[in-house]
Amino acid sequence: MSLSGAFDKARAEGRPLIVGCMPAGFPTVDESVASMVAMVESGIDVIEVELPYSDPVMDGPVIQKASDIALANGVRTKDTFKIIEAVARTGATVVLMTYWNPVERYGVDAFARDLSAAGATGMITPDLIPDEADEWLAASDAYRLDRTFLVSPSSTDARIAMTLKACRGWVYATALMGVTGARDVVSSEASDLVRRIRAIDAEIPVGVGLGVRDGKQAAEVGAYADAVIVGSALIRRVLEAPDRAAGLTALRELGADLATGARSVTR
Amino acid sequence: MSAPVLPDLAGHFGRFGGRFVPEALIAALDELDAAYRSAKTDPEFQAEFGGLLRDYAGTPSLLYSARRLSERLGARILLKREDLNHTGAHKVRNVLGQALLAKRMGKQRVIAETGAGQHGVASATAAALLDLECVVYMGEVDTERQALNVARMRMLGATVVPVTNGSRTLKDALNEALRDWVASVQTTHYLLGTAAGPAPFPEIVRDFVGGIGTEARAQCLELTGALPDAVTACVGGGSNAIGIFHAFVPDEGVRLYGFEAGGDGMETGRHAASITGGSTGVLHGARTYILQDEDGQTVESHSISAGLDYPGVGPEHSWLHDTGRASYTPVTDREAMDAFQLLCRTEGIIPAIESAHALAGAAKIIPALREELGREPVVLVNLSGRGDKDVHTAGAYFGILDQNETIVPEENL
Repeated sequence: MSLSGAFDKARAEGRPLIVGCMPAGFPTVDESVASMVAMVESGIDVIEVELPYSDPVMDGPVIQKASDIALANGVRTKDTFKIIEAVARTGATVVLMTYWNPVERYGVDAFARDLSAAGATGMITPDLIPDEADEWLAASDAYRLDRTFLVSPSSTDARIAMTLKACRGWVYATALMGVTGARDVVSSEASDLVRRIRAIDAEIPVGVGLGVRDGKQAAEVGAYADAVIVGSALIRRVLEAPDRAAGLTALRELGADLATGARSVTR
Repeated sequence: MSAPVLPDLAGHFGRFGGRFVPEALIAALDELDAAYRSAKTDPEFQAEFGGLLRDYAGTPSLLYSARRLSERLGARILLKREDLNHTGAHKVRNVLGQALLAKRMGKQRVIAETGAGQHGVASATAAALLDLECVVYMGEVDTERQALNVARMRMLGATVVPVTNGSRTLKDALNEALRDWVASVQTTHYLLGTAAGPAPFPEIVRDFVGGIGTEARAQCLELTGALPDAVTACVGGGSNAIGIFHAFVPDEGVRLYGFEAGGDGMETGRHAASITGGSTGVLHGARTYILQDEDGQTVESHSISAGLDYPGVGPEHSWLHDTGRASYTPVTDREAMDAFQLLCRTEGIIPAIESAHALAGAAKIIPALREELGREPVVLVNLSGRGDKDVHTAGAYFGILDQNETIVPEENL
């Protein structure tokens, strides 16, 4: 499903989308596909596939560990496209999250072409700001891909406006000043930031990420955001599971909890 | 040469540089940029910085005409004695400048990354002097090979955090410092240690260490009546090299040579020569030459010198390379250690292993230079730091110390 279709459907149901993040190839190519399919089956709306990268400055220890495992097991950029294809084939909505260097190395246009061919709806770029993104703006236009830049509590209104203009599909609001990782309390900075975004552009869907770990928090964030993005909490379930089957069960449990949380939202 | 004013307003050196960082850091980089622009033209700031350099760091550093070394190499060798600065390297210039900037921005905490420990020690020193809290990230591997510098930092009141991610070296310490900064940007200045990273760091660091070249240029004119034929420096991230090169860039007749860490040899793949053996990419916030694989994953670097053991290089060096204004070639661990020993034995100076790369490189270019010029060339070598921190590494390399740092009896050498 297209991302705008997924947002429309969730809006009609009066609830936020749940976006679940998992590194491609963690711990292996096949197992990551199984994890992502399990996440979809448990009620997660959108799969954010993260391309494992050696120097992920925006990620906390959990995602970095998972990415390191994937890289150590030999996952390649080409495998990421195969994984996206396999997950998209199940009918799931898939977006890619990637640091910029692997894209530049692959060739920006070729990357956009192959990403689109694999069935992803677009790309989130945590270390690429619109100011440096001319090539990506052109390639994403050419292949009709959504492009998601980040905004932060520290962004000025002028930068938020500029970033929203460059985004297509949705915008990623980082809920707090910090790297990824589940936290006990979701920062109040997030709702302020969403308010500031809405004051500039009332239409663009806003996803809020960084720090959400369970259905209760998903409901809190979902009360004001269009999408709730969950990464470390899901990945931790796989990392800490004694075996593959237990990992999938744990993923399904958390996926269901998040989906229930999203559906409990009243706004 | 009518060189453009670089970087441009967006921090680009031609196609290099820029800002490839999370949006969360942009406000801090903008704040730093604004603070730096105003400090640059503020006589009070410049007087304070100049005063600290003179009265505290001990600059201008000497320009020393190395007679015995010159005889051995067949050129007039002038050593820019940055090793005589307080804390033993050029790094003190950068940290004093940035610590003053941190104060100017009202930030009470600085974080730094360090490989060999020189920048960490310098940061801890500046923080102590200016009453700032200091946290230094250091790869776990480096904390082991530079234990003495870890002790120094702690004595100076800094907290040293060993980084256990990735290759547990400088690149990972940099990642960890960036992560800290994303979370603490309102109270903290990231005291970046080399002329790399996102704009405006490459420009700020270059300007703060640029006194090396300005001083050396004037000293050389006074000593010899002319500019040198060549300037050589080692290049890891490239701060000492850009510091000495910058003042000479408009002097077309002065050749600029950067020497990268060739490690075990380029053919082995175990090196840290980002320009010679790397390709264009984005790492640690800037587009520059980096060591990477086909997928753009960073490749681990290797050098006997922890200070050069970094898989990237400052973006201005990439630009100087592409435009041909400076030449960059590798020097192996072995060549560097030969030069290290040569300087010890001819001049009674124990250099940092980093600086030994600049010296080894000078020795390599001299024969061709002499032939081309038809006379003995004058070569300015940036002796960027002293070798105290490397005594353990060098002692093991030459078989003087064993693994437990016990002295090997003379008869066994």
